Amino acid sequence: MTILGQISLWLALLVAAWGSVTGVLGGSRRRPELIQSARRTTYALLGLLTVASASLLTALLRHDFNVAYVAQYTSRNLPAVYTIAAFYGGQSGSLLFWAFVLSLFAAAAQWLTPRRYETLMPYVSAVTSAVTFFFVAVMVFASNPFERLPFTPPDGNGLNPQLQNPGMVVHPPMLYLGYISITIPFAFAMAALISRRLDTGWLHAIRRWTLLSWTFLSIGITLGMWWAYVELGWGGYWAWDPVENASFLPWLTMTAFLHSVMIQEKRGMLKKWNMSLITLSFMLSIFGTFITRSGIISSVHSFTQSHVGYFFLGFLGLTAIALGWLLWTRMPGLQTEAQLESALSREASFYFNNLLFVGMAFSVFWGTIFPILSEWVRGTKVTVGPPFFNQVNIPIGLALLALTGVGPLIAWRKASPQNLKRQFAVPVAAGLVTAAFLAAIRYGDFYAGMAASLAAFVVTTVAQEFWRGTSARHRLHGENYALAFARLVGRNRRRYGGYIVHLGIVTYLVAFSGMAFKQEMEASLRPGQSTSMRSPYGHTYTFTHLGVSQYERLNRFVTAASVDVSRDGKRIGVMSSEKRQYVDSFNRPTFNPATEAAIRSDLREDIYIVFAGSVAGTEEAVYRFTLNPLVWWVWFGGVVLVFGGVIVMWPGAGPTRASLRRALPGYAVTLAPFQRGPTDRPVERPARVGTGLAAGDRDA
Amino acid sequence: MPERGYSRREFLAGVGGVALISRSWQEGQTRPPSPPGQPRLPGQDSLVGELMDPARAGKLRGRVTEYENDPFVVGIEEKLRCTCGCNLSVYTCRTTDFTCETSPAMHRRVVELVEQKKSAQEILDAFVAQYGESVLMAPPRAGFNLAGYLVPGILITLVGGALALVIIRQTRARAVTAAAKRGRGGPDGPAGLGEPDLSSTLPPDEQARIKAELEKLGI
Repeated sequence: MTILGQISLWLALLVAAWGSVTGVLGGSRRRPELIQSARRTTYALLGLLTVASASLLTALLRHDFNVAYVAQYTSRNLPAVYTIAAFYGGQSGSLLFWAFVLSLFAAAAQWLTPRRYETLMPYVSAVTSAVTFFFVAVMVFASNPFERLPFTPPDGNGLNPQLQNPGMVVHPPMLYLGYISITIPFAFAMAALISRRLDTGWLHAIRRWTLLSWTFLSIGITLGMWWAYVELGWGGYWAWDPVENASFLPWLTMTAFLHSVMIQEKRGMLKKWNMSLITLSFMLSIFGTFITRSGIISSVHSFTQSHVGYFFLGFLGLTAIALGWLLWTRMPGLQTEAQLESALSREASFYFNNLLFVGMAFSVFWGTIFPILSEWVRGTKVTVGPPFFNQVNIPIGLALLALTGVGPLIAWRKASPQNLKRQFAVPVAAGLVTAAFLAAIRYGDFYAGMAASLAAFVVTTVAQEFWRGTSARHRLHGENYALAFARLVGRNRRRYGGYIVHLGIVTYLVAFSGMAFKQEMEASLRPGQSTSMRSPYGHTYTFTHLGVSQYERLNRFVTAASVDVSRDGKRIGVMSSEKRQYVDSFNRPTFNPATEAAIRSDLREDIYIVFAGSVAGTEEAVYRFTLNPLVWWVWFGGVVLVFGGVIVMWPGAGPTRASLRRALPGYAVTLAPFQRGPTDRPVERPARVGTGLAAGDRDA
Repeated sequence: MPERGYSRREFLAGVGGVALISRSWQEGQTRPPSPPGQPRLPGQDSLVGELMDPARAGKLRGRVTEYENDPFVVGIEEKLRCTCGCNLSVYTCRTTDFTCETSPAMHRRVVELVEQKKSAQEILDAFVAQYGESVLMAPPRAGFNLAGYLVPGILITLVGGALALVIIRQTRARAVTAAAKRGRGGPDGPAGLGEPDLSSTLPPDEQARIKAELEKLGI
């Protein structure tokens, strides 16, 4: 079966090369047969990479340990779900997963993109085929998932215990989906540059793709935090690890793009900037892979290091050169169509919002690569850890939080004093009252206090917007408040979904600030012995060690230490933290024992208990007890964020078939002479004259 | 008081329970003594049972001392990077990666220096002298490292300042152009861009009404 996968990879390499060439030639020479060939190439790639992926999955599920990848990442007693997850748990498998998903997205882009963008599509298929070519080439020449061993071991190494966690089943694919789907907007941007069709058409074509990519990245990052929290056992969820940073970078630039694209749509401004942002996002997704694979910077994700990182560096360099050349030669078509009218306008606030997003991305990038720079310049390696990143990024994050409240309420073009007063009086008052209250109760941390005050400001702006919109519908249409609210959101999904995303961000930032009040202690306890600690809320927690038990479970040997927990004398329950020694099917240990934390969450704080080890092989246990405020809200913020993202990208109702049928026979359509108004976006010529529908209607 | 009889189920449950207790007691009696090389600690008494298989319970630990929770020690350890390659601070590594041999050794060294009454800076300097600057979780703010701390802030400030200047210049230039065009009675800006000059076409009450509506809509 693996020979089929091997052949499929080689064929995919050739087909991808063919697709890249025919796409560019077909588009530039307007040769329909080449255009058609390039289009079919994307479907052929999907077929070939599906066969290759199925081959690897079959080898994994059949425990074909003669395949090096299968022997390295699975064992006979590995649960089936993790055997399947091992598909992307190692390097070459993850490259195949990447190429497969990319081919799926590329085919979907070809299939789903409306015909009015057909001049862009040959170049889109050329770019997606070129990127696919790169990934398949890395597999074929440097990291082949179907490589065979000279012998067949009786069992495999098994999967890294840290990856044997439900979070790891979904976290990597979600992050990969985010990274990979950026390729589609990037391909459209490149297509617009190559074809010199630099109007807003390509922006409309990629709107859902960018949202999809951003949503997947958001889910992937949140799940990564959750995995780090429950699995790594250090009591936190974000450590500014280089690989965490690498996932955060494209998220920041994509978020900047989602804001700045509105200015181009509304005012025809920021064309070069938007083109650069989408390309930068793509390059940062490749940079993330380079960081993960190269091992150039030490990271907790060291299980994926190898020499293929430098292939990615070369690819990054080529992409940068191609983009630079295209931008330089297409500069005249990227001139702005309008200018700012006032510093007090939504456009100006978006300018600064973009500056801060990209500034934050730069500071994270700078901190991530600074150890390498230092080694180059001074010959001395330095460590850039959380203290550096917190110091640099927290002020930027707070400024962004403030703009989250300002941006949506300030008027387009020019805000008058009346507009400012009307929109901001109540939210500013809410922020100030919160700040005064926190100062009065001597809230311990300055930044946490700032975050809470700004959060109150932003939440009030969003609540005010929802209230005004809902009450206006209630007044105008006589709808009850619930219906008015639902219709308000349903009919302005982009706007109100965006507000929900803002609420998610606010929830995140306030929850992050809770970590400033984290409490930790270590204790060694004999059975029946207790220790106490005080939480930031003033509660006294008492932990009584119950004992240590050992037993076998699935593919591991478990040592569990249990603690009876009470709060202010009231019993909460028993919590057990474990040491897990994973074994192969011959009962031989496969990795060092892994630690499973015991976590109990409520809305205020998490009790996080880690069994650090047994004292001299007895039931006397060493524990680390941690009280983490507001962690539940981190996960809730993630849910709100993704919910908002889904609302924004949910397809619009569009015209019904019935309305189309009504419009077709006997109706003549007169196109009024087009005059661009101050806030109009350019309207394209209808694709189907006679339906009475403007071409952009479905996308709006 | 009437005497209560036992049902068959309760009787069997009682017998089963006694048998289970008896068996677990017997197992406790036959449990092997401490493995060789696992000395009993002072104060360890018969109430503390021994693990069935200590080898599978991870690295064995010593009892927690006062230094492990000492904020002074923890504060120093949070500024030091464990040199095992995990990228974590000594404190985080020694309380997280319980297989690491490096962070406990570094912790012992910190405690030694604390016991010698060294200040926090002296302890950090001692580690830098031994391992180099990379042992610090954040580079010291001196020399080339200042670039690490200052470049993002300086760049954001410079670009922000430049952006503000451009915005002010653009808006002023636009205001001057608009005023000049109003003087000539022409439209405001090319191809209808910008605010239409309502005063030239509409009666004052209509202008006021439209402006009020636009204000309400936030446009």
